Amino acid sequence: MSADHGVGEISLRRARWGHGETAFWLIAVAAIFVFSDRYLILTEMAWLGLFALSLDLILGYAGIVSLGHAAFFGVGAYCAGLLAVHGLVKEPVLALVVAGGAAMVLGFATSFLVIRGSELSQLMVTLGIALLLRELANKFSDITGGFDGLQGIVIDPILGLFAFDIFGKVGFIYCLVVLFVLFLLARLIVHSPFGLSLRAIRNNPLRAAAIGIPVNRRLIAIYTLSAFYAGIAGALFTQTTALASLDVFSFERSADLLLVLVIGGAGYLYGGLIGAVVFRVLQDVFSSWTPQFWQFWIGLVLVLIVLIGRERMYRGVLWLPRLVMRRMAFPGRSAS
Amino acid sequence: MTTLLTILFDGVAYGMLLFVLSSGLAVTLGLMNFVNLAHGAFAMAGGYICAVLVNKSGVPFFVALPMAFIASALIGIVMEQTLYKHLYHRSPLDQVLFTIGLVFMAVTVVDYMMGSSQIFIHLPAMLEGQFNIFGVGVGRYRLMIIVICGLLTLGIQLTLANTRFGSRLRAAVDDPRAASGLGINVPQVFALTFAFGSGLAGLGGALGAEILGLDPYFPLKFMIYFLIVVTVGGSQTITGPFLASLLLGIADVAGKYYVPKLGAFVIYTVMIVILIWRPNGLFGRVAQR
Amino acid sequence: MFIRRNTLLQTAAAGLLLGASAFAVQAQDTVKIGLIVPMTGGQASTGKQIDNAVKLYMQQHGDTVAGKKIEVILKDDAAVPDNTKRLAQELIVNDKVNIIAGFGVTPAAFAAAPLATQAKVPEVVMAAGTSVITEKSPYIVRTSFTLGQSSTIIGDWAVKNGIKKVATLTSDYAPGHDALKFFKDHFTAGGGQIVEEVKVPLANPDFAPFLQRMKDAKPDAMFVFVPAGQGGNFMKQYAERGLDKSGIKVIGPGDVMDDDLLNGMGDSALGAVTAHIYSAAHPSQVNKDFVAAYKKAYNQRPGFMAVGGYDGIHLIYAALQKTGGKADGDSLIAAMKGMAWESPRGPISIDPETRDIVQNVYIRKVEKVDGELYNVEFETFKDVKDPGKTKK
Repeated sequence: MSADHGVGEISLRRARWGHGETAFWLIAVAAIFVFSDRYLILTEMAWLGLFALSLDLILGYAGIVSLGHAAFFGVGAYCAGLLAVHGLVKEPVLALVVAGGAAMVLGFATSFLVIRGSELSQLMVTLGIALLLRELANKFSDITGGFDGLQGIVIDPILGLFAFDIFGKVGFIYCLVVLFVLFLLARLIVHSPFGLSLRAIRNNPLRAAAIGIPVNRRLIAIYTLSAFYAGIAGALFTQTTALASLDVFSFERSADLLLVLVIGGAGYLYGGLIGAVVFRVLQDVFSSWTPQFWQFWIGLVLVLIVLIGRERMYRGVLWLPRLVMRRMAFPGRSAS
Repeated sequence: MTTLLTILFDGVAYGMLLFVLSSGLAVTLGLMNFVNLAHGAFAMAGGYICAVLVNKSGVPFFVALPMAFIASALIGIVMEQTLYKHLYHRSPLDQVLFTIGLVFMAVTVVDYMMGSSQIFIHLPAMLEGQFNIFGVGVGRYRLMIIVICGLLTLGIQLTLANTRFGSRLRAAVDDPRAASGLGINVPQVFALTFAFGSGLAGLGGALGAEILGLDPYFPLKFMIYFLIVVTVGGSQTITGPFLASLLLGIADVAGKYYVPKLGAFVIYTVMIVILIWRPNGLFGRVAQR
Repeated sequence: MFIRRNTLLQTAAAGLLLGASAFAVQAQDTVKIGLIVPMTGGQASTGKQIDNAVKLYMQQHGDTVAGKKIEVILKDDAAVPDNTKRLAQELIVNDKVNIIAGFGVTPAAFAAAPLATQAKVPEVVMAAGTSVITEKSPYIVRTSFTLGQSSTIIGDWAVKNGIKKVATLTSDYAPGHDALKFFKDHFTAGGGQIVEEVKVPLANPDFAPFLQRMKDAKPDAMFVFVPAGQGGNFMKQYAERGLDKSGIKVIGPGDVMDDDLLNGMGDSALGAVTAHIYSAAHPSQVNKDFVAAYKKAYNQRPGFMAVGGYDGIHLIYAALQKTGGKADGDSLIAAMKGMAWESPRGPISIDPETRDIVQNVYIRKVEKVDGELYNVEFETFKDVKDPGKTKK
């Protein structure tokens, strides 16, 4: 992108659907057929990816950091679980939206506490909220099932047609479809004028305020939206596993999420999805290799990623696919 | 009344312990702008070194304590020179990723070498039990913590405020370029500071093993507490985290004593309320952004 | 509490049966066991003890039973139930395991229960101790213990031994509530009085304020349940506060005095009376051999978690022996029901009705034996069933 393009043109270009993106989603669909014995871990990648996407919305586009995003994940998870247990909303897709809505309400309510203050205090306030929710869920064990987790969750067939199977195929396709739809929505939002104004805020809140962007209102809006996404991710988790226990709120879940997004890179929407795939694959490979000491190797990978530098590493990994892509895009011209 | 004093005493001891454990983090975060989540790993190292020295080699406890400090400081300086040094200018998220990676590695290495069960340090008999002063129960071990930590705090404060090294450090932090222009060896100052912070953590780990317990997951379990102290205290001064530690220690102990039903909520609630009231911490200066 | 029947389960079970029968032809001569335990995270020591014990048993008894080769696949769930469920599901569907075993915490055992039912795969619970676990699926067998077994017994014992006022300190989560409820029922029924009741948050570094409350309540004894791993911390602070000298005894289920921590606790633990199912000092030849072998292999004393794993793998071996190598779920479960044998902890059996363990509960006191601390048993309650079920 050279300097003589206008800002508008650059952002339009960025908003255009690229070949790489088509390839990404084709690969995701292909996974249904290729990895037919690993649906469960694919499902985990899908909801983790959605969860990371929700963090990306606030971290990558608005510069709000969070170490307690599990709060919304957990609310979504318990909400979906309770709806199923008490038979309030039987149909999963509808329950998904309700659960997302519940998380959204919490997001809106807590956004006022979070958007103030330095990054460090944002981290700690979000963390504190998640841990408080965890303690609350433990205290009200007659509703939540406490430490043992919510019992008796049975999820009805999706739209009354597709029942969840033990191989996890339906669950994975369901998660993938939800992920794709919400991804498109997020893509639309971040490339809209609203999304651009967020980026202006992230780069310099004072200047953004000076050119007439209502900073606080925009931040509250995106935080609430992000909570909605996280709530949906939590609900997907509960619907595909039929579980909801206290650790949905745990610090480890929030911290892992941050790792996932940082591994993938924030601020271009795909980071969370790629990070989720990379993180889960690493975890799976290492932990089946050495169930006792896999954390060491994960740690080593994280350290190496930082030492080598993410940019340099991705350039290495993506060199071949990019080359192919460029040749396809401009046949006859060599990729320099 | 005497119960109140006992609770106050326990709270102060707990707070002091939190302070020694987290002061190193306050230094790296506040003075050097480095997010070192692996801070707890240095504390764990100190704790295990002390435990091995006392339990296996029969070194007296009071000799093992300074040795834990020195050993952790040495580990700190080696890590700083080989790894941390290259990351001072990286984004905070890279620093988080890197130091979490270090924590995972430290946890598994200790697990591999020492086993995953909790271990204890055999204390000399003079530190066990409690004695009464006018009906107030005073734990010997906690008293020792208060004395050691109080002296340390005083020492740190005096060093920072009154010595040449303290002013060099503050200069190096405020404006590294200008400081090196004045002939201050900035990297050396940072390395020494980092080593000192790690040493403090190691000492805290050795002191805290008795009260907090010591197992390979120590750095992950207590990371939250360190962060709370530093955030609430504000990371630009040393007095901030010190007072925050005391406040949190007393609030936690007193809260759990008087309203045990809400025990788990106290520390988080206090933190959130303070951070909403003073987003940069109780003693933070101005917004950093 | 029971899982409602619905179309989902039926279709899933049908699909799985197809898969399972196809596999039965293909792998006749190995029996695979999926061992899912926490090997990392706060519960790691539980998982390691079980893993050690299983390995030890297989070293001692070889890896073939009734002509079948036994293959154990170890997985780490870090005590997070959704991991447990995914691992169990993958083990059953992909690795075609015949048995799933382990389960460090109750939610993990719960998470795997519907899979055991659907796939007709026995689930051998080697650690988790909540009473209702075995009711979650007809394929669950337990070789650990229930908290009711030890908590009711210590309640009865306390009444009989002149303890009238008790203050309780339990961890604020389901197993803690279980222990408290069972103890309270038996202790108050016998005429005892609870003078103070404190619930400690699960992640709690400093017991000081809670212990101070105990001290102020001036009971004859305090009933304590904290999860495995926190016991040492607790006892240290108990002594620090001088509670040992003020005559307030510690009683409780034996989790607090776990053998793998006991020796590090120091003399403050001396005299604590607990009721539990296993002590490394149990004076039988079987146990002496077990402890010696375990110590030799791992340089560490086995705790009750290790025994749960040791007995669990023994139960699987014995059941295979009995079925002559038939490894389908229904035959195995049928063989396991009513099985009785001499374990390092003493004589134990599997209740044919509830599939839960029936075992002796011992009252023990911490004493110094050859310079090391041990729980020395001095009273035995024979063949205790899980009180959570006998009540109904």
